Amino acid sequence: MSKVLGMRCRECGEEYPMNPVHVCELCFGPLEVVLDWELLEGKLTREKIEKGPPSMWRYWDLLPVEGPPTVGRNVGFTPLVKAERLGREWGLKNLYIKNDAVNHPTLSFKDRVVALALTKAREFGYKTVACASTGNLANSVAAHAAEGGFQSYIFIPDNLEQGKVLGTLVYGANVIAVSGNYDEVNRLCAEAGDKYGWGFVNINLRPYYGDGSKTFGYEIAEQLGWKAPDHIVTPCAGGSLISKTYKGLNELNRLNLLENGGKDGISTKMYAAQAKGCSPITTAIKAGHDMFRPQKPNTIAKSIAIGNPADGHIAIETVRKSGGWAEDVTDDEVIEGIRLLGRTEGIFTETAGGVTVAVAQKLAEQGYFGENETVVISITGNGLKTLEAISGKLGSTVHIQPNLNSLAEALQTEKLLASV
Amino acid sequence: MAVSVLIPTPMRKQTNERDTVEVNAGTIATMVAELTALFPGIEKRLVDDKGDLRRFINFYVNEEDIRFLDGKDTPIKDGDAVSIVPAIAGGC
Repeated sequence: MSKVLGMRCRECGEEYPMNPVHVCELCFGPLEVVLDWELLEGKLTREKIEKGPPSMWRYWDLLPVEGPPTVGRNVGFTPLVKAERLGREWGLKNLYIKNDAVNHPTLSFKDRVVALALTKAREFGYKTVACASTGNLANSVAAHAAEGGFQSYIFIPDNLEQGKVLGTLVYGANVIAVSGNYDEVNRLCAEAGDKYGWGFVNINLRPYYGDGSKTFGYEIAEQLGWKAPDHIVTPCAGGSLISKTYKGLNELNRLNLLENGGKDGISTKMYAAQAKGCSPITTAIKAGHDMFRPQKPNTIAKSIAIGNPADGHIAIETVRKSGGWAEDVTDDEVIEGIRLLGRTEGIFTETAGGVTVAVAQKLAEQGYFGENETVVISITGNGLKTLEAISGKLGSTVHIQPNLNSLAEALQTEKLLASV
Repeated sequence: MAVSVLIPTPMRKQTNERDTVEVNAGTIATMVAELTALFPGIEKRLVDDKGDLRRFINFYVNEEDIRFLDGKDTPIKDGDAVSIVPAIAGGC
């Protein structure tokens, strides 16, 4: 018996069978997978999950696939790091980093959504998969397509960082660089998507792709000892991760798996983080609007530079419902955020992570977090992919000759003296 | 010449599977009215109960989002191409 009942429109409630379709025919609202809770409630236990593999697939019972994973078997269950030193800087005693910068295999949270979407693509019988991407999704679809023996077509804006382009080409994908920003790439893909009969990860496979992000929330709770944290700060691009993380926590609560859950729901507050150069979601939240206004992105945080976020309304609703808030930061603050996380915790994140750290700092300064409350920062990607953004901004190396005199001389210079 | 409107797959049941429909010059609002006259039933796909364009649909005139133009009152002239595109996920 399947654990999935079908799909339902999030906007108008119309129901659909499990097919590769992503929007409601009546109102164009996004479709969401409906799990069979009668089948799950009381049967899925912590013990069963804990006995599962050390990957996102330990939550297989809550994911919309019929069979075992066919790609990405090792994705997820990334470290939840207690950030003692960063916490001290901000006066927080229980600060954690959920570190998807080391997700397997392509070093971003996108491996979660792709492992699920391509496993589902195989179940639907697709031989070719595709995506529109700001970079991380490109890397992940290309890698998992290679693993699964799919053909792949990857559409990217033509101004992406080299690391993300090479990190896609290496897997043998067909990479198509579109002159335009991500929103323009997306529009083209929506128009092309139906034409070629491909499994478009973020279009016709979107309901399954989206559910991969729930595992980010499941893992945070399990790694905190089956507790939902008090606060989670999450970067927003299309706006999906923040609401799916929240959904994941609420599902664990529904299954009675949380220490601090209950009938009234969880008390976790969700915070949206964006760059000022692309902030449709945070701007709407701060202004008290339910609707966002699209923007033309202009920021170094390219992986989250989406001016017309598909799940923007849902992200806004999630933040509001949870009692959270939103902030946005300048590109200089993004760089400072990357440096701060590197210097205090030894974690090198990409620009989106810099946004999240800098926003978390702002929120901490504004007094949103209690000293002893549990705060989780969502780090979704790896800094090695966006070297251009920090090039020339981290200081320089100290050059010496290979002899002790030269070393001794260098150690007397102002720059190194302090650390000797 | 006329204005060509690209119909997305989820809406083609309403247009007898036609992927492109031609309408007269005017505005996005007159386009919606004309499509409704041609294909009764399409209106409630495009417009909500309050008469506003549905929030999960994006309209583009010659590749520009109408929210950067004049919304429903954005003019469309002969030779223009209008795309109707459902919102798409991406990033995080």
